[in-house]
Amino acid sequence: MLEIAIKGSKKYWIWLVVLCAVIGAGVLVYVDQFINGLMTTALSRDVSWGFYIANFTYLVGVAAGGVMVVIPFYLHNYERFHRITILGEFLAVAAIVMCLLFIIVDLGQPIRMLNVIFYPSPKSMLFWDMCVLNGYLFLNIVIGWKVLEAERNQIKPPAWTTPLIYLSIPFAIGIHTVTAYLYCGLPGRGYWLTAILAPRFLASAFAAGPAVLLLLCYLVRKVTKFDPGWEAMQTLAKIVCYALIANLFFFFCEIFVTYYSQIPGHMSHIDYLFFGLHGHNTMVPWMWTSMILMIAAAIMLVIPALRSNYTLLPYICGMVVIGTWIDKSLGIIAGGFVPSPLHHVTEYMPTIKEIMISLGIYGTGLLILTILYKLATRVKEEVRG
Amino acid sequence: MKKSRRSFLKVAGVSALGIGVAPALKAVATASASTPSAAVRTKAPEALEAKRWGMVIDTSKITDEIAEKIVLACHKSNNVPDFNHEPDKEKYPNTRPVNHKQELKWIWEEHFNNAFPDKEDDFLANKFKNLPFLVTCNQCKNPPCVRVCPTRATFKREDGIVMMDFHRCIGCRFCMAACPYGARSFNYRDPKPFIAKIDPAFPTRSKGVVEKCNLCAPRLAKGLQPACVEVSEGAITVGDLEDPNSEVRQLLGEKYSIRRKQELGTEPSVYYIM
Repeated sequence: MLEIAIKGSKKYWIWLVVLCAVIGAGVLVYVDQFINGLMTTALSRDVSWGFYIANFTYLVGVAAGGVMVVIPFYLHNYERFHRITILGEFLAVAAIVMCLLFIIVDLGQPIRMLNVIFYPSPKSMLFWDMCVLNGYLFLNIVIGWKVLEAERNQIKPPAWTTPLIYLSIPFAIGIHTVTAYLYCGLPGRGYWLTAILAPRFLASAFAAGPAVLLLLCYLVRKVTKFDPGWEAMQTLAKIVCYALIANLFFFFCEIFVTYYSQIPGHMSHIDYLFFGLHGHNTMVPWMWTSMILMIAAAIMLVIPALRSNYTLLPYICGMVVIGTWIDKSLGIIAGGFVPSPLHHVTEYMPTIKEIMISLGIYGTGLLILTILYKLATRVKEEVRG
Repeated sequence: MKKSRRSFLKVAGVSALGIGVAPALKAVATASASTPSAAVRTKAPEALEAKRWGMVIDTSKITDEIAEKIVLACHKSNNVPDFNHEPDKEKYPNTRPVNHKQELKWIWEEHFNNAFPDKEDDFLANKFKNLPFLVTCNQCKNPPCVRVCPTRATFKREDGIVMMDFHRCIGCRFCMAACPYGARSFNYRDPKPFIAKIDPAFPTRSKGVVEKCNLCAPRLAKGLQPACVEVSEGAITVGDLEDPNSEVRQLLGEKYSIRRKQELGTEPSVYYIM
């Protein structure tokens, strides 16, 4: 099936070359980081995780969001999702590969990373995160590939894929739950120490994942002859709508508990994010932008006329993606680390090098996504003749 | 033996369930089979021992001058780099400029409000307002950093000291996020250019690993007091918290002392006599 990927138009090849250039630039900068250490980043003693872990967290969400098409299709036989399920699964594959790359570039000693397997530590949430992320990646590659191959040969997928598909559902929930547990089980970090963190992560994931998928549907419609189906896209928009509202609701629950209880250790972090602390307010414009984008998008998605407006919908999805990205990437990291456990305010903004490496990883993800989507759409075009 | 077999079975079961990776099983099997007694036998007769090491800092005896001396002695004896040190241009050409936010420290001075943010008070007794409070790793009885480490590179010894294996650490910095005391530092770069004189008694670290105070465990093993205690002019005492006759217990029995962020349940082993 892979032979499909090496046959393409001129535009397809130009796109691949552009991606390779972005990846190449990222690799070059990474060589510098590998040789000189993480001094190339803006990370510090007080803010010890940054842009890499932030994007990792977001992309785990995008990967988990794929389950929002798997559940309706496989558990409820929602036929309209038949065409886009494979897109959801392949999106998850690309997102998980990016997650793993973000973890690797964040390590101080990447060549030792197999120590996580040589000295397995079940008490560490990072150990479990490794297990579920790799498991989910494996499941999605196998399921996506087998189902697509079967479709190409116009036969039923092998029976053993069914239990794997069912297994992938708890795994999807699992990857984001465990990722939230990385943060919310730490005793000294008031912003993270909340039971609502995992539900909030899932809600924002189920908004962001399908929103990205919707944007990809638009793209697929434009550049291929394959049509994911407007009704399926409308259902996706409804999923984004409800998940986004749940995400906002969970956040307001957090705000209520924090500001009604008035416990300083919890308030200081949200104060920093939304109002600034001791004159430090780098995050303030970002956080309000995020809130406005998410609230506006939620309102627009609730109103049927706006949600079903073909021209408007991709813009709303863009708002959801950017809003949740700021909230979950920048917000979670900056809010968690500032102020520090000793109540010092050390701010963080990524360096150009960090951003270049991150773009390289996004380029890798897009390359994988392009190839997988090329396979999927081509097979679907073939089958429909 | 019984204990190690049980822990082996526990880990083995989980590994088989979760990943089923053969090298992992093999590594755990060999680790639990060979390590337990070997380390104990090599102890020197003059080694200082305790059931649970603890530290008592008498805040009334610490002046700015003594605090500075302590910090310097600690960092010198443990090869902790000083980013204010000008690197030797011949030995280390092309050293890039430092970012002071990425500095490393094992013990350092803080104001009362930063050392004890939960005890912040507008009407704090005047004498505490400008007093230097020395903060360091608390050698917690229930250390969150050990819990979160994905490779067991940081671990708690039987005598309560929380240690680091610099050669196993992958530099994920999960322990830094987990420590509620900000006690851990990461080597964002090669530390060697910033060490004025390398003390061969303790290894220097490579870039990409986390480090922190280890209560001078290598010195204790040689029968020496920790470097900070030695220069503290009686302000810092270390000893066995489990032994009612130890000096630290006597100090704690006589005077009122506090610990940092006790409410988190980490059970710090560093006490501050007020």
